Amino acid sequence: MIAYLTRRILFAGVLLLAVSLFTFLVFALLPTDPAALTCGKVCTPERIEANRTRLGYDQPLLTQYGKFLKGIVGGRTYGEGQGEFTCGAPSLGYSFSQKDCVTSLIARTLPVTGSIAIGGFVLWMIFGIGLGMVSALKRGRWPDRLISIVSVVGLSFPTFFLALLLLFIFVIWSQFLPFPSYVSPTEDFFGWCQALLLPWLTITIISSPYYIRLTRFGMLETMNEDYVRLGIAKGLKRWTVLRKYVLRSALIPIVTVAGLDFGATLGGAVFTESIFSLPGMGRLSIKAVSDSDLPVLVGTTLVAATFIVLFNLLTDIFYGFVDPRVRIHK
Amino acid sequence: MTDVLSVDGRGDDSLLVASIESKSPKRLSWDRFKRDRFAIAGLVVVIFFLLIAIFAPLITKILGISPNTLDRDSLNDYGLPQGRFGGISAEHWLGVEPGTGRDILARLIYGARLSLFVGLVATLITTSVGMVLGLVGGYLRGRVDTFLSRLSDLVMTFPSLILTIALVRPGTQRLEAMGVPEGNPARLTYLMLVTLFFGWVGFFRIVRGQTLALREREFVEAARSSGAGSVHILFRQIAPNLWGPIIALASMSLPGYVAYEAALSFLGVGIIAPTASWGIMLQDSVHFYRADPTYFFIPGATLFVLVMAFYLLSEGLRDALDPKNDRQQVA
Repeated sequence: MIAYLTRRILFAGVLLLAVSLFTFLVFALLPTDPAALTCGKVCTPERIEANRTRLGYDQPLLTQYGKFLKGIVGGRTYGEGQGEFTCGAPSLGYSFSQKDCVTSLIARTLPVTGSIAIGGFVLWMIFGIGLGMVSALKRGRWPDRLISIVSVVGLSFPTFFLALLLLFIFVIWSQFLPFPSYVSPTEDFFGWCQALLLPWLTITIISSPYYIRLTRFGMLETMNEDYVRLGIAKGLKRWTVLRKYVLRSALIPIVTVAGLDFGATLGGAVFTESIFSLPGMGRLSIKAVSDSDLPVLVGTTLVAATFIVLFNLLTDIFYGFVDPRVRIHK
Repeated sequence: MTDVLSVDGRGDDSLLVASIESKSPKRLSWDRFKRDRFAIAGLVVVIFFLLIAIFAPLITKILGISPNTLDRDSLNDYGLPQGRFGGISAEHWLGVEPGTGRDILARLIYGARLSLFVGLVATLITTSVGMVLGLVGGYLRGRVDTFLSRLSDLVMTFPSLILTIALVRPGTQRLEAMGVPEGNPARLTYLMLVTLFFGWVGFFRIVRGQTLALREREFVEAARSSGAGSVHILFRQIAPNLWGPIIALASMSLPGYVAYEAALSFLGVGIIAPTASWGIMLQDSVHFYRADPTYFFIPGATLFVLVMAFYLLSEGLRDALDPKNDRQQVA
């Protein structure tokens, strides 16, 4: 188990390093001059050059990458003397257009994106697995058919259209809800729920159908297994067999997909955030694109990638615990 | 003879002959597909949209509409369509665009062209690259396979949407500098390249897994021992077995790409106006949410219907192409 864990963790580390190098190089090799973007319209060549040296854009690429990595570990100080400023560890760079360290910009968006992702995750898992179970148990009868029709409808919604539609129905047309504006849950729990209700609903409608199918399929497969038949034959209660024999093994593949999906959502729910005007990481990226704010883009890409790798790793570890074959095999 | 064979004793010749007649796998799949009403409905809608897309210039000409003609007479003093439901009239069947008075039906028709073009090309390139790499990786194994698999791990790690959006402007500029015509050709080329970069992985993984299993089978061994070369074994022996899952997967990813184009255009990083795209129409309609909701619902509903039709079709295909499936359950 320890060997398996070490291998997985090392691999995740290598993967992240490769992602950071690739992201860094892609953005560094862009035709846009990062120094020229640092001072807006009132730019003189001298100021551009000064900023170039201050931010280290005059150095060779690999040195820049080295400094970038060092900044993540130990923070980074820009410039000298009076104009000196520091971005504390883990520093992902400095955004001139927002006049702030990238790390603190991202840190401010994380609670928003995290709220959307966690709430959405809980809801889509409840609906996905719950309806999937109903579907499997009532296989071929009307609840199953109804659920499968509903899930095709959910599957067919492009995220941005569903978000717009919900916004139209609940906010603009019926005025049932005010326009979402994010507040911290510690300040105003009800306001927090109210602001996130529509994003959660969007994510749930879009994501549940996959889980409904996975659960239904997994349960139907498992219900044909001999050990399930044995459980019923030896007179266990139906619910006990379902819980301990069927669900337990049917849920394992779902956890894998769920881990990946959750990691990806944490990287920024771009459409939900921009349509419901929630200041999360996805919206930060979109804003950075329109401002050509390269440091922020490198930062958000890396953080999003880290979430994906992290949750991949956690699922692998979970797998290793649940399924002994995985540990031995690879 | 018939009397001996007919178990139920009714001696119905025609029924008996029909049931004995051997059916090719293709025929069996088609029979299964035909029984799926939802899939047939999906197929009909998809064909309808395809025809509209192909004959877009002809159809708009016959109807006497054009996607770019401004019709200020159809707007009132506030720039909003005259009449109810977004200015639906005998002249403009689905109303007109607020602000410009362009015909919505004509823009929808041309938008279908773009959506389907993007969807088909994206699916084609991701499928073929993923399939070839999967076949090669799974068949050769060893270093090539390790390299491709690690590469796919790396690609899966990138937040594809953020990266696609982030690189739109510089990527397009780079392509234009390389000689791709400016504007939408460069944008589309960029989008296709990025889609290819992120999209091949899914196909690669599935084809690789299947190839790993198939290469150990007897028929492959037989081909090898009778002196067939690797290329023959790969494309003549192994690949034909993969068509089922590949068609199913490709038809699943197509609606995704159709929606993806609309979504990117909606965010302003896809197609550039004034070219008609459903995503741009939706983006524009948001400004008129309250005053002209019809303008929002029409392109949205069209996109929804097309995506749904593709999903129904792809599910029907998946069930029909799976030889294990006896279709006793409704999808």
